[in-house]
Amino acid sequence: MPFIPHTEEDVCAMLDSIGASSIDALFDEIPEALRIAELSNVPAACTEMEISRLMSERADRDHQGRCFLGAGAYEHHIPAAIWEITTRGEFYSAYTPYQAEASQGTLQLIYEYQSMMTQLMAMEVSNASLYDGASGLAEAILMAVRANRKSKSRRILIPKTINPVYRQVSKAIVRNQGINLEEVDFDTTAGSITTATLPEHPGDITAVVIPMPNFFGVIEDVDALTDWAHEHGALVIAAVNPTAMALLTPPGKWGSENDQQGADIVCGEGQPLGIPMASGGPYFGFMCCKQQYVRQMPGRIVGRTVDMEGKPGFALTLQAREQHIRRSKATSNICTNQGLMVTAATIYMALLGGQGLQRVAAASHRHTRQLHERLIAIDGVSAVFNRPFFHEAVIRFDAATVEDVLSGLAEHNILGGYNLKHSYPDLGEALLVCATETRTEADLDDYIQALQDVLCDTTE
Amino acid sequence: MSDIPANLKYTQTHEWIEQRDDGSIRIGITDHAQNLLGDMVYIELPEVGDTLEAGDECAVVESVKAASDVYSPITGEVVAVNENLADNPDLVNKDAYNDGWLFALNPSQPEELEDLLSAEAYELKAAEDEH
Repeated sequence: MPFIPHTEEDVCAMLDSIGASSIDALFDEIPEALRIAELSNVPAACTEMEISRLMSERADRDHQGRCFLGAGAYEHHIPAAIWEITTRGEFYSAYTPYQAEASQGTLQLIYEYQSMMTQLMAMEVSNASLYDGASGLAEAILMAVRANRKSKSRRILIPKTINPVYRQVSKAIVRNQGINLEEVDFDTTAGSITTATLPEHPGDITAVVIPMPNFFGVIEDVDALTDWAHEHGALVIAAVNPTAMALLTPPGKWGSENDQQGADIVCGEGQPLGIPMASGGPYFGFMCCKQQYVRQMPGRIVGRTVDMEGKPGFALTLQAREQHIRRSKATSNICTNQGLMVTAATIYMALLGGQGLQRVAAASHRHTRQLHERLIAIDGVSAVFNRPFFHEAVIRFDAATVEDVLSGLAEHNILGGYNLKHSYPDLGEALLVCATETRTEADLDDYIQALQDVLCDTTE
Repeated sequence: MSDIPANLKYTQTHEWIEQRDDGSIRIGITDHAQNLLGDMVYIELPEVGDTLEAGDECAVVESVKAASDVYSPITGEVVAVNENLADNPDLVNKDAYNDGWLFALNPSQPEELEDLLSAEAYELKAAEDEH
């Protein structure tokens, strides 16, 4: 049978049989104002030659300068083997295959990925990934509302120390679902939330979001916050950096000695695990949870099983609540995942191993400490927070503006950091800097030298 | 043909309702419904103390094939749930009308019971489904 899309005659016959006058009439129920008439911002079609030129020009912009910029996406060394293996024909697909069980290799890889994530996070269950860290947090919030059946308030405490983009995306996704996101202030000396900045009489709270490290790179007091949340009947949603979890206490073990209940749901951005920064995507989000909440978890889960002959195999499991079965009542509309990114992350974690990941984390921490120490020794630069940090730190300029500093550094071919003024105006001329394992001693020297030059120029 | 006890009341959405001597009512899903759904793997129940209105989604029965909502047939407060289902969801398959009960309500508007289907009426509905 030839694959020919419907002809003009087919269309007429179909419209006749349902009694519609035209295809446009099928969309009548959508108000005129909401329809996009013309896509005036989309240019006319390009030829292959034109488009490949445009894309190369855009791609070139990605590699300009040495990067001291983190704020959610991090430059880590990606061994050549990772993408060599990931792009092999057997793996090279962005999608969970249809008739998934026919692709045992893909399912095994996802199963291995889930196993690694549960180990890294010390959690019982992982799903097969989500779109990215920001939408992962929104999914975690929706999940918490389903999972915490004792709480009726649909109130979520979300600290201002979490990535502002995550807050914005979460708000956009949950705001029409009767869920209240209540922002929690941070202690401006510590750069973290403390039990003192949490509400004194919180009432019924559904969940508390705890970032680790937070957007400023600062180590939050996760044990105290976890205890506080559980005491108030709230679930704990951990939003963590996966690299940091190789060094820090994983969310599954958060909480004080006598109440080590751990986080209930864990989410975060998977990009640091072998995914290039690539102008912001594609990345992938990860999510883990306690076994007791597995039925409320969005996305797919691969399970290991045996076939009729008793041979081991892999299958998609717990699908009964997905959209192809539950329709509008599905736990989420994420039935696929970022398969290719997860493939790379799995190979990255397998190649580095637990120790390798620890070394990446330790080197990133060491370099950022060195950078921070040397930066605040410069006249006109000061530290902002007094709490320990992971691989990012905030500095403040006494006399120069962040914009001037960043453009001055750019002339020295240095991406100097993330300007915090737009999201946190109260912090003054504050800059978020990051030095991962990829920044050498010489890179740090250059940054310091360049900053001194720039500060001289701008204050003259 | 599935089992439809004459002493119970029924809904269009395949719940059964048993009026008990103490004034409470017990609710479950019918033998016909468990047959359609297949082997149960998980039952999500309301919490004791929840107040339900007639028609509220209040439980989910999850089989290997699908997860389906259970609707409260009557307005009232949940006074008991079948804790045994947590470890043995297959009780719903094995004994839908006794050991497979889901939850019990104290009805606050008993007149709603009048609107429920009789065994004969439900039998007609179940037979229709099968065609």
